[in-house]
Amino acid sequence: MAEIAIRGGTTDSTSVARAARIRRLAFNDAFFRRLTQAAAIIVLVILGGVILSLIDGSLPAFQKFGFGFFVNQVWNPVTKKFGALAPIYGTVVTSAIAMLIAVPLGIGIAVFLTELCPPALRRPVGIAIELLAGIPSIIYGIWGLFIFAPFLQQYAQPAIIAAFGNVPVLSSLFAGPPYGIGMLTASLILAIMVLPFVASISRDVFGAVPPMLKESAYGIGCTTWEVVRNVVIPFSRVGVIGGVMLGLGRALGETMAVTFVIGNAHKISPSLFAPGTTISATIANEFTEAVGDLYTSSLIALGLILFMITFVVLAIARIMLMRLEAQAGR
Amino acid sequence: MPAGTISPFYAARRWRNRIWMSLSVVAAAIGLIGLFMILVVLFWQGFSGLSPAVFTQMTPPPGSSGGLLNAIVGSLILTVVGVLVGAPLGLLAGTYLAEYGRHTRLASVVRFINDILLSAPSIVIGLFIYEVVVVPMGHFSAIAGCLALAVLVVPVVLRTTEDMLNLVPNTLREAGAALGMPRSVVIRRISYRAAKAGLVTGVLLAVARISGETAPLLFTALNNQFWSTDLTQPISSLPVVIFQFALSPYKEWQQLAWTGALIITLAVLALSICARALAARGATE
Repeated sequence: MAEIAIRGGTTDSTSVARAARIRRLAFNDAFFRRLTQAAAIIVLVILGGVILSLIDGSLPAFQKFGFGFFVNQVWNPVTKKFGALAPIYGTVVTSAIAMLIAVPLGIGIAVFLTELCPPALRRPVGIAIELLAGIPSIIYGIWGLFIFAPFLQQYAQPAIIAAFGNVPVLSSLFAGPPYGIGMLTASLILAIMVLPFVASISRDVFGAVPPMLKESAYGIGCTTWEVVRNVVIPFSRVGVIGGVMLGLGRALGETMAVTFVIGNAHKISPSLFAPGTTISATIANEFTEAVGDLYTSSLIALGLILFMITFVVLAIARIMLMRLEAQAGR
Repeated sequence: MPAGTISPFYAARRWRNRIWMSLSVVAAAIGLIGLFMILVVLFWQGFSGLSPAVFTQMTPPPGSSGGLLNAIVGSLILTVVGVLVGAPLGLLAGTYLAEYGRHTRLASVVRFINDILLSAPSIVIGLFIYEVVVVPMGHFSAIAGCLALAVLVVPVVLRTTEDMLNLVPNTLREAGAALGMPRSVVIRRISYRAAKAGLVTGVLLAVARISGETAPLLFTALNNQFWSTDLTQPISSLPVVIFQFALSPYKEWQQLAWTGALIITLAVLALSICARALAARGATE
């Protein structure tokens, strides 16, 4: 384009041609600007469209069942009675257990990578974890179904039932026949899936702790644990929580890894070994087979609820991470 | 000071340190071993079913052997069209955020919304496309699947485009402007060129993200047991075939599911490694 500008000055000596060329450039310039602005606005329109279409699709269900949709456990396509409590319960419980397992393990990996790991291993292990974070969730699902669930059924669950069978609270938590698939299996698969995510974000924020701070703590004689506990974790708290919330958002919305192993039963059972369901698993399993507007609408209403839950979680995560960035910029 | 004479206070601190640090090592070991177990099993199971037939034959009816040809081709079509639709949109919107509206109100809103879209559950995107494309059309179609994937591509590309353009030094832009270039020319001839490796990385990451997506395809592109390249008809795709075959009781289908899972994983790993290598090269240039 620089050539054109020069040519415009030398060969096209007539001012008319020059003016026309400048006009065209100005038009192109404005056009490109508008084009990018339009693209940015389309992104807003997409999110608006997602929300509006979900609300529109779920209206029949909410009109029919009202608030009862949230607190009713019955999900019966034959009598056309639908309540979202069981999937909501399943979604929240599986994600919560998954985070309970994945967060300590993920932070452990991050501490290992930033403080203990031999420098030669640091990069390869870090890269491997990041690559694992990108593996599609269906891979985790198929592994859970064929390898992990049978293993749990044969070895782990009978052992747990035998161990906790006579302990008051735990015996109802781990009751029932060992199916292999169920809420606990789904939670464990989710934990494995979210783990690389939590680990790599924690590693990044731990790595952002100024070395000066850590060195001064070591300098006054702190042990590695004391440095991690009193310097690294307090300094990177906001970032770690933000990362954990992002992982939670992922676990809540995860579909394929859960659908394979949760058992798809619309009931709330105190036992973690019992089959259950989550919002996303219900939609994935039943949507194409849903007959009748009310059934479809109830499933879309579930989608809306899921979207709202993840929206809140992600918004909190983003606000925390943004605050962190503002802090770092200062 | 010999180890025997240190005071109990220091000994306790040293022990606490040892215990927590071993817990950290154990956590790392459990995590890494667990994750690598998955890959090992996947390779083991997947490779045992890998044969030329996988790439030359159609998905079989229950109980007989066959391949994954229509699913592989279907996945390629869905991914390519999805990227062709989504990537330009993300690229342009990212350009707006980084070049024109860096500090405007619109930009900060779009940035926030984009972050929400980036991690929104993909099954919800599937529901959205079902409502706005499948219902009006009256039937499932490949084009609906492409659009669902495109919606997933936009936030990834937007994010990396903005980040990468922000890395382009302003002095380059000013040099261009000093030569009399209009803004749009500066962006296309200087910013894009300087950030080329990063922009391609963003697109590769987006491809890696959508090539394994299953949930949004279940009720948009559906599935098709037969060869189809017609965008208005349902189309087969690898992830959906894996989902269906893995949950079936037939041995042949389950084996094909493992093999399909291996193919997807290898493709995704290759794409992420390429993206990474490209980004590293772009950073050193």
